[in-house]
Amino acid sequence: MWNYEKRLQYPVNITQTNPQIAQVIISQFGGPDGELSASMRYLSQRYTIPYREVAGLLTDIGTEELAHMEIVCTIIYQLTKDLTPEEIKASGFDKYYVDHTLALWPQAAGGIPFNACEFQSKGDPITDLTEDMAAEQKARSTYENILRLVKDPEVCDPIRYLREREVVHFQRFGEGLRIVQEHLDSKNFYAANPAFDCRKS
Amino acid sequence: MRENKMEQMKLFQWINMVSFAVNDIVLYLDTHPKDQEAIAYFNHFREVRTKALKEYEKNYGPLTLDTAKADQMWLWSTQPMPWEGGYC
Repeated sequence: MWNYEKRLQYPVNITQTNPQIAQVIISQFGGPDGELSASMRYLSQRYTIPYREVAGLLTDIGTEELAHMEIVCTIIYQLTKDLTPEEIKASGFDKYYVDHTLALWPQAAGGIPFNACEFQSKGDPITDLTEDMAAEQKARSTYENILRLVKDPEVCDPIRYLREREVVHFQRFGEGLRIVQEHLDSKNFYAANPAFDCRKS
Repeated sequence: MRENKMEQMKLFQWINMVSFAVNDIVLYLDTHPKDQEAIAYFNHFREVRTKALKEYEKNYGPLTLDTAKADQMWLWSTQPMPWEGGYC
């Protein structure tokens, strides 16, 4: 069950449209290391994690990623609000506009649609948490790539916030991985899948 | 009216701040469930947040359904949405 809260996790108030930069930022909505992928990754993985505190962590971070998706979508929405056909043509936004007008649709900056193949839910806690740590680093790199292109402080500010959260999530997933490893003992030295091979009969 | 808007903005920003404190400590507590200092921190900010959300609802309208009270008008869906900029 989820509840909606009528506020962004971090405020977004952009006064200057910029459809060109919106086309870059959209990767953090529907791209390979975007927030939609992040949320679906953690919320899919959590069911088979055999340790409750790690399942809780995946639930809470997966939920926060939904809030981040809303921040990214708000940035794109405000960057493309009330564009004229002339502005759309001049900025190269026409190729997106022809299919979606000014609506939000999850895709990568290169136009590749959102795809579940961009994340894994493997059913092995060590594999999944290692992927999650890598995912947070990939998202951080993407935000840093965006920050090198964006100069508008009203856009940079929420992007910097999102980048910082990737660092915090990486730290927490590292602790989650440590919790999993502490559950493994000398009888499972080679870390056979604790979600499958070591089930209590 | 203008002063009222300033007060609303200040309370909205306060809600964002204390909610972030709650969000962030929740992730920490997930992996450190016995940390007494973190538990006290959570309890404090959870209470501050709940109080602020109730106060906001009373003066300007609901940000959560748990604090929404329907009166003459259903404000939950008729007030601004978060992506419009500003505050709801």
